[in-house]
Amino acid sequence: MDWGNWFSDANNVVFLVVALVMVAASVRVVTSPNVVHSALMLVIALAGAAGLFLMLGAEFVAWTLVLVYIGAVIVLFLFGIMITRAPTGRDPGRLDHARRWPAAVVALGTFVTIATVTTLAFEDRPVSGAVTSGGDLGEVLFNRYVIPFEAVSFVLLAALIGGIVLARKDPER
Amino acid sequence: MSLSAYLPIAIMALLASGFAAISLGLSRLIAPHNPTPEKLDPYECGIVPLQEPVQRFPVKFYLVAMLFVIFDVEIVFLFAWAVRFTQLGWYGIGAVGIFTLLLIETLVYVWKRGALDWNVARRSRRRPAVVEPLTEKAA
Amino acid sequence: MTHFLETVFQSVFWSAVIKVVFVFALLLLTALILVWFERRVVAFMQNRVGPNRAGPFGILQTLADGLKLLFKEGIRPRKVEVGLYLAAPIMAMIPAFLIFLMVPIGAPIHIGETTVTLQGADLNIALLFVLAMSSIAVYAIVLAGWASGSKYPLLGGIRATAQMISYEAAMGLALVPVVVFASSQIAGGSLGVGTMSFSRIVALQAGSFRGPVPGWFVFSLLPSFVIFFTAAIAETNRAPFDLVEAESEIVGGYHTEYSGFRFAIFFLAEYINMFNLSAIAVTLFFGGWLGPGADLPYVGWLVPIFWFLLKTYALLFLFVWIRATLPRLRYDQLMTLGWKWLIPLSLAWLVVFVLLQGVRVFGMPWS
Repeated sequence: MDWGNWFSDANNVVFLVVALVMVAASVRVVTSPNVVHSALMLVIALAGAAGLFLMLGAEFVAWTLVLVYIGAVIVLFLFGIMITRAPTGRDPGRLDHARRWPAAVVALGTFVTIATVTTLAFEDRPVSGAVTSGGDLGEVLFNRYVIPFEAVSFVLLAALIGGIVLARKDPER
Repeated sequence: MSLSAYLPIAIMALLASGFAAISLGLSRLIAPHNPTPEKLDPYECGIVPLQEPVQRFPVKFYLVAMLFVIFDVEIVFLFAWAVRFTQLGWYGIGAVGIFTLLLIETLVYVWKRGALDWNVARRSRRRPAVVEPLTEKAA
Repeated sequence: MTHFLETVFQSVFWSAVIKVVFVFALLLLTALILVWFERRVVAFMQNRVGPNRAGPFGILQTLADGLKLLFKEGIRPRKVEVGLYLAAPIMAMIPAFLIFLMVPIGAPIHIGETTVTLQGADLNIALLFVLAMSSIAVYAIVLAGWASGSKYPLLGGIRATAQMISYEAAMGLALVPVVVFASSQIAGGSLGVGTMSFSRIVALQAGSFRGPVPGWFVFSLLPSFVIFFTAAIAETNRAPFDLVEAESEIVGGYHTEYSGFRFAIFFLAEYINMFNLSAIAVTLFFGGWLGPGADLPYVGWLVPIFWFLLKTYALLFLFVWIRATLPRLRYDQLMTLGWKWLIPLSLAWLVVFVLLQGVRVFGMPWS
């Protein structure tokens, strides 16, 4: 690969910047001593992922990522943090980083596996002609992937029942 | 779609945050700055604060957030279907109907389990505690 | 002059800059007018006079208040977590300003050969963008509450977040019928491609509903509008859903520890959000900038903007009227209304509407 050519394409430079921000944010997610800061760093990493989808032309997926992950899942995390212990303001609950090395090994292993699998799966195929607009997504989702789509609703129901069983005692009789 | 459609959004994000940051900075420059220890205490309606803020919150807030995640996912799927409403026809309505039915079932389940009840928990009707008359103790 | 303007608007970058600066100025001006508007209207409803000293009819009152706040000491309490505490007001500003970029405020203008749309950005997924931005707006509040290191802001922040996400779900569900309806309106319900773009949704409302009644979506989708508007009041934390800053319970809520101009920024964002949601309701349900008189000579391009602002201010008046009329709900009532009324209602309306629309467009499922 010719690096000079690579850098002369503005898209590549933007990609590089977004990717670096994402990597830095992801590292802070696991190294930050403050849980709330970790969650916010995760927001930045997810926003970067949304940005990458936008660069690929997948508007619908990008904003779905923002709506569902940043707008709902991380808020759920924040609530989870605040209902267990809410270290407010300048009194952050120090996180325990004692087992950082095993964690690092696991993270590295996962990264290598996912990276290898995705590169092998996509080979050198370009992503052009992919499903981009919301409408096309709807078509593909409801024709080709309709069974997984219905399965998702089961998974969501199961997740919620699990959550309720954990969170609530049975009403006294 | 091209990324140029997002140019106004990027410029506006810069402009809005820039405006907020600059006006806050300006206020910092021209406003008086005269902190005293009392002024810097957390607000407590004039009393000296003794406790840290509440450490725990009712788990209901968490359940609401969880329910919201599920509804959010549902809404996104519904939008993806709605823009192809005419093309998918009754087949699409059927597919999305099954999905919505499960969502409604989720809501019914949560409702029946009382996770949506925010009024004060109905206290179990125990016998009222016997209150010792104060006068005898005092005597 | 025409030639110069044409050249400017042909450049992607400069036309974006001009539109953004225009929208920015419009929103700031609107916030100034809106605060005064609310105070005056509420005053008259309560048999008072309201601010009437600064400028004609007191219209400069908000500017005076803003300048006063600029000169006030910004107290930063000892226990705050500095970075997030300072960043929270800025985070409140960004989504408030971004949402309005989606709204078309007038008919496209023709300068020479070039057509200029009076819309910041015409995204295909504008509706999704608006929902995503209002879910981001939650962060400013929850982080302001958390970073203040104080009791009432934390309570207010958590309350506000739970309230906003609850009503956001109702709002999202209520908007699905709008997209369904827009899809089936395109090309008379034949195999058309649906849309979530605001400019196209406005264009679809151009016809007539019945006789002289315009083809605004509100006539077909009234329940959606009612749910959307109720959720909009809760999303902007306005009375009767202003438990977030219920003075009698949790002082100022999430902005208890914010003073001076930091508070002013939160205040500004709240009023801009009110304007945003009214403008979106007008765009989706009341035909946006559509109205008679757009073919008048010379002033023809101003007429759609006038109709847009008139409709938006009519809804804003409704906002203020509701605030002046209804007492604040209790927190359990708020959650009951959201989860046990609005969400089941919007689900039921969705099912009924989709079935009716299916029969109308495709005929009976068995035929």
